[in-house]
Amino acid sequence: MPDEKKHETSPPAGELNRRAFFAKIGLGSLGIAAAGTAGFAYQFLSPNVLYEPSPIVNMGKPERFAVDSVTMDSDSAIYVVHTAEGFFALSEICTHLGCMTVWNEELGIIKCPCHGSQFTQDGVVIAGPAPKPLPWLKTWVSDEGDLMVDRSTTIHPMQFLRV
Amino acid sequence: MPGKTDKILEQIERSRVWRSIFRSGRGGSPLHRALAIQQNVFLHLFSTKVRKRMLGFNATWYLGALTLGTFLILIVTGVLLMLYYHPSVPQAYADMKDLQFVVSSGLFLRNLHRWSAQVMVFLVFAHMFRVFYRGAYRPPREFNWVVGVVLLLITLLLSYTGYLLPWDQLAYWAITVGSNLSKAVPLVGDKIHFLLLGGNEVNANALLRFYVLHCLILPLAALLFIAVHFWRIRKDGGLYVHQSDPKTLAASKKVAPEKEAK
Repeated sequence: MPDEKKHETSPPAGELNRRAFFAKIGLGSLGIAAAGTAGFAYQFLSPNVLYEPSPIVNMGKPERFAVDSVTMDSDSAIYVVHTAEGFFALSEICTHLGCMTVWNEELGIIKCPCHGSQFTQDGVVIAGPAPKPLPWLKTWVSDEGDLMVDRSTTIHPMQFLRV
Repeated sequence: MPGKTDKILEQIERSRVWRSIFRSGRGGSPLHRALAIQQNVFLHLFSTKVRKRMLGFNATWYLGALTLGTFLILIVTGVLLMLYYHPSVPQAYADMKDLQFVVSSGLFLRNLHRWSAQVMVFLVFAHMFRVFYRGAYRPPREFNWVVGVVLLLITLLLSYTGYLLPWDQLAYWAITVGSNLSKAVPLVGDKIHFLLLGGNEVNANALLRFYVLHCLILPLAALLFIAVHFWRIRKDGGLYVHQSDPKTLAASKKVAPEKEAK
C-alpha cells in the first residue's frame, strides 16, 4: 500500500484539495439521498384515499327535533340541539382524549364516561380535564329541506341555524 | 446402559460433521470451556468466564434472564396465534373468538401470550428498579442503562400495539384514547396521529399498521437492542458486583474489572 501521506499536499487557505472535495461531494449526495428517502417515506405512509365515513351527514327533517331538545346520534357522533334561538350541531367527541360523551337528560349536561369531563348543552366545559369546549359544527338546510351537518368543519359558537 | 450411550455420544462428537459445526473440541479444560462460549454465535455475546457467585439468585434475582424468558414465550405463542389471526375488520374480532372457543389449545396460547406480556412489563420494571437501587447504572455501564431504557419503551409499545388486535370495545377505545395523546405534541401532533393510525380515526388502516408494528417492526427492534444489551454486559466488565458486599470485595481484589476477559 503506498504511503498516503506522501501524496497529500496541504491546500492553500480557503481552497479544497481533491480528497476533501470528493468527500464533500460524497457526503452531500448522501445527504440529498437521505432527505429524498425521508420525503418518500412520509408520502408513502400518508394514505391518499381514506375509506372512512363521509363527514357530511343528513339528519332528516328539522321538524323531528322538538324545541328545547338535545338529540344524541351515536352513529355520527353529533348532538342536534334545538333551542328557542334555532338549531345547532355539537360534536359528541370529547376534546380531552376522544371518547364519546353522553347527554344526561336529568341534569341537562353532557358527560364524558372516560375521565369525567362535563359540558353544558352549548359545549362549554364546566368540569373535568377537557381543555376545549365541544366544537360547534357547520349546519345548513339542503335543497330537499333536510338538516345537514358537516363534521369536518367547525364554526364559532352561538351561530344558530333558523329554519 | 450409560456406557454405551456415552460411546455413541463420543462417536458423534468426534464425527466430521459435528467438528465442522462445533470447533471447540472435546474436553472439560478451561480452554475448551472458554472456546465453547467464545465460538458460539449466541453465547459469544456473554463473558467467557463468570464468577460462580454471580450465577446465584442473590446476585441478580434473575430478573433480566426471566424477562428474556417471557420474551421468548411471547415470540413462540405470538407466531402460533398469527396462524389463525387476520388483521382485518371485522374478521379480527371473530378470529380472536375462534382462538378462544374453536381452535384446539387456542385459549391456552392466547392466555399464555397475554399473561406473559403482563409479566414481561412487570419484570422489565423490576429489573430496572433493581439495577437502579444497586447502582449498576453507573459508569462504565451508563450506555447499557440507555439501551435498557430503549428496551423498556419497545416493551411498552409492544404491549400497546398488541392491545388493539382483539378489535373489541376495550381495544378500540384504549387505542382511541392512547393515540389521541400523540395529538398533544406541538406543531406535528396531528400529523403523527394521522401517520400512526393511517387515517383520522381507529379503523382498518390502524389495525393493519398496529399489526405490522406488533408482529414485525417492534420485535425486530427488540431483538437488535437485546443483543446489544447482552453484549454490553461483557464489554462493561461483566455482571455488576455490589461494592458493599464483603465476599465480593475480597473476590474482586484479585482481578480489576478492566483487566477481566472481554
